[in-house]
This record gives sequence, C-alpha cells and structure tokens, in this order.
Amino acid sequence: NRKQAVMDQVRNELALANAQELINKINEKCFSKCITKPGYKLESGEQTCIAKCMDRYMDAWNIVSRAYIGRVQKE
Amino acid sequence: MSSGYRSTKPGNPDFDEASQKELAKFLEGENAKMRLQQSIHTFTDLCWDKCITKVSNKIDRGEETCLVNCVERFLDTSLFIVKRLEEIRNR
Repeated sequence: NRKQAVMDQVRNELALANAQELINKINEKCFSKCITKPGYKLESGEQTCIAKCMDRYMDAWNIVSRAYIGRVQKE
Repeated sequence: MSSGYRSTKPGNPDFDEASQKELAKFLEGENAKMRLQQSIHTFTDLCWDKCITKVSNKIDRGEETCLVNCVERFLDTSLFIVKRLEEIRNR
C-alpha cells in the first residue's frame, strides 16, 4: 500500500530527526556539566557523570514535555 | 479493496483525490507534532540550564518544580510581550 508506505516513511524520518536533536542536546549539556577540564582522555569519573547526565536530561525532557503539552491543552 | 492509488500510465502510479486529501491532513498533523517537539527541545535546553545545577541519581522535587515553573513562566513571558506590544502600538 503506497499511501501507507509514504506515511510510515514520514513518521520514521520525523522520529529520526527528533532523536538526532535530543542526542545533540545531550552531548552539549553533558559535556558542559561533566568535562570541567578537558584532559588527555575521558576519566572514569567523567564517564559516570556523562551516563547519569544522559538519564537526567531525558528525565528533564519528559517533565518539560508533560508541562508544555498540559499547558497547551489548557489554552 | 482500495489501495488508494490508480495508475495514470503504466509504471507511473499516482494518488487519487481522497488519498491526496488524507495525506495532506496527515502531513499537517505531523508538522504540528514536529513544531511541538521542537518547542519541547528549546524549553528543555533553557530550563535545564536554569534548574539543574548538579548531576545526580535522579531529578529531585525542587528541580522538577523548577522545570515546570520554567516552562509556564516562559509561556507567560510570551503572552506578556504580545500584550505589551499591543499597548505600545495603541499609545
């Protein structure tokens, strides 16, 4: 079904773009928070921080998402 | 059983009018979803900087409240600006 295929492709491309944006933000924010002084490699402490930061950023994204959608539905 | 398209020429499929309308509506919906997602990215970026000072094992209640307030106050700011611009225009 051609129509279905087009719709699926559009959905997939948008989902990919959204994931890409999230990854870019996480990269930027977690580098800022965790790598205070760039050394010659990523220390294990820095790696732990980045892993936690990724989880926290996604938590924050979900909290913001609920707040925004909730507000939009009110107005 | 409608597959939603008919061939205008052999090997050159096109969409019938009903399918075109359906696709147009679908795309409109996806565009709206995309704009929503983009806003969420922008707010998360801004509010993360304002609210999350340290990286820990979970987001605590204070940080969560800050994030929610941040979104609400940003939208209030937006409304305030629009209202004030109108006031300035009407002077």
